[in-house]
Amino acid sequence: MNAVQSMNPLVQARDVHKSFDELEVLKGIDLDIMPGEVVVILGPSGSGKSTLLRCINHLEAINKGFIAVDGQQIGYRLRNGQLEKLSANGIARQRRNIGMVFQQFNLYPHMTVLQNIIEAPVGIHGESRQEATQNALKLLERVGLSEKAASYPRQLSGGQQQRVAIARALAIKPKLMLFDEPTSALDPELVGEVLATMRDLAKQGLTMIVVTHEIGFAREAADRVVFMDGGKIVEMGAPEDVIGNPQHPRTKAFLSRFL
Amino acid sequence: MSGLPLTSASPAGDAPFRDVATAHAPFRLGRLILWVAIVLVAVDFAWIVAHNENFGWPVVAAYFFNPTVISGLYVSLGLTVVAMALGTVLGLGLAIARMSKDRLATSFAALFIWFFRGTPLLVQLIFWYNLSTLFPQLSIAIPFGPTLASWDTNSVITPMTAAIVGLALNEAAYMAEIIRGGLLSVDRGQTETAEAFGMTRARALWRIIIPQAMRSIVPPTGNQLISMIKATSLVSVIAMADLLYSVQSIYNRTFEIVPMLLVAVIWYLLITSILNVGQSYIEAYYGRSDRRTGAAEKPVLAGAAVQEASH
Repeated sequence: MNAVQSMNPLVQARDVHKSFDELEVLKGIDLDIMPGEVVVILGPSGSGKSTLLRCINHLEAINKGFIAVDGQQIGYRLRNGQLEKLSANGIARQRRNIGMVFQQFNLYPHMTVLQNIIEAPVGIHGESRQEATQNALKLLERVGLSEKAASYPRQLSGGQQQRVAIARALAIKPKLMLFDEPTSALDPELVGEVLATMRDLAKQGLTMIVVTHEIGFAREAADRVVFMDGGKIVEMGAPEDVIGNPQHPRTKAFLSRFL
Repeated sequence: MSGLPLTSASPAGDAPFRDVATAHAPFRLGRLILWVAIVLVAVDFAWIVAHNENFGWPVVAAYFFNPTVISGLYVSLGLTVVAMALGTVLGLGLAIARMSKDRLATSFAALFIWFFRGTPLLVQLIFWYNLSTLFPQLSIAIPFGPTLASWDTNSVITPMTAAIVGLALNEAAYMAEIIRGGLLSVDRGQTETAEAFGMTRARALWRIIIPQAMRSIVPPTGNQLISMIKATSLVSVIAMADLLYSVQSIYNRTFEIVPMLLVAVIWYLLITSILNVGQSYIEAYYGRSDRRTGAAEKPVLAGAAVQEASH
C-alpha cells in the first residue's frame, strides 16, 4: 500500500529455528520486511506464527539462524569477531523501538489509562511528563477514547482495553509494531473497533506485522500475506494472490473454512 | 410432544406481581434473645473483672504512663520498626535472589531461608548476644589473606545490635517467602509486556510487578508486623529494656505481677489495634484499581480522610 522507502529491510529473518524442548515450532523461516510494509501472518493454531512474532523482539530466543531489526541482530552483539549473547538490559535497549500488542491486552492494571501510555515514554525514552501526556491524549483521541484517560483498565471493555494497548505501543513512536492475535480475546461485536484502529495505522505507513485469524483484515489492509503451517512459510505474496487464489493445498484447506 | 405447554403457563400458575422493593426482612425473635443473653454475659464479665481487686486496676492506672514503662514502649516500637524495615528490605533481596536464574543467588537465598526459618528466634537471639564466645574478634579480611580491619566483638555486639540483627535476619527469612509469593501472584504477561517495552529488569520489578504484588504481600506482612511487636518481648532475655522487660523490672521491686503484666498487655493491644487500622488503609490503597467506579470514588475517599483528620 505504501511506496517502499528504502531497499534495506527493517526486519530480516534467515533460517530461523525454534524448539520448545523436543518440539520444533519453527523449522527454518526466511522473511524480509520492508519499512512501511504491513505483513499479515495467517495459519492454523500451532503453525508457529505467534512464536515467530515473539522471536522478532526476542521474547523467545531462537535456537538457530539470524534475526535482525533495523540492522541490529536481536539478542546478540559482535565482540572481537565473536557473537556474544547480550545481557537482559542490552536486549531491553534493542527493544525500545519495537511496539507490541498482546492477545490479552496486558495493560498495567494498577495504573490509569494515561499512566499506562506515558510509562514507557517517560521512564524509558526520557520524555518530559508534560510532553508525554500531551502525546498520550492525542493518541487516545486517535483511538477514540479521549474521555477514558483517568479510568483504570478494569473499567473498560475488552475492545477499549485493546485500543488503549495500541495507543500505549504507539506512544514509544515505534519503528515496528507487532500484533499478536489482537482480536482473538474479544467478543465478536468488539472486534470491529480494534480492526478499524489497526486499518488506520496501516494507512499511515507504520511497519506492522500482524498475527491474526481475521481474513478480512488481511485482504483489506495487508501489503503482503504470509501463510504458515507446521513451522514453515508455505505461501507468501499479495493478499489477492494468497487469499484470492491460493496455490498450496494447505492454504486452500485453511481458507476454505472461512468462506 | 407430550402435553407440556412451554410458552404459555396456565393463568392459575402465574405468580401475582409483587414488587421486591416493598419486601422487608422477617423479625427473628431467637436472634434477639441470643444478642441480649450474650451482651448480658459480656457486661457481667466486664463488671466482675473491673471490681476484682486481684487485678489491681489502681496500680495499672498508676504505672500506665510510668517513665520506665514508656521508655520500654519506645524500645519495643523502635526495635519493631528497625527490625521490620531491615527484614523487609533484606527479604525483598532474598525473594528476588530466590527467583532469579542465577544458581549462586538461588542457593544462597535458599540456604539463608532454610537456616533462619528453621531455628527458634530465641536461640538465634542468644547466639547473637553471645557471639563473642564464638568469635572474640570481628575482622574484614581477604579470605586466607591479610586482615584489613578488626574489632573486638564485645564492642560491636551490644544488646541493641544483637536484638536488631537477630530480629531482622529472622524476619528477612519470613518476608522473603511472603514477597516471593506476592511476586509469583502477578500475571506472567505483565513481566513479558514490561520486557517487550524495553524496561530493564529492575524497572519492571519496581514499576510494574511490585505494585501489583503488594495486594497479596500487605495482609501477611501486617501479620508479621504484629508478630514482630510481640517477638520483641523475647529480647528481654538478653537484657534489652523493652516493654516487657520494663514491667518485669518494676514488679521485681513491687511484686505487683498481674497489674504490671496488664499494663504491658494493654499497651500491646493498643499498638496492634492502631496497626490494624493502618493496614486496612494500605489495603484500600492497593485495591483502588479494582473498583468498578474508580473515578467517582476518589473524592469520596478524600472526603472521608479529611473528616477523619478533623476529629
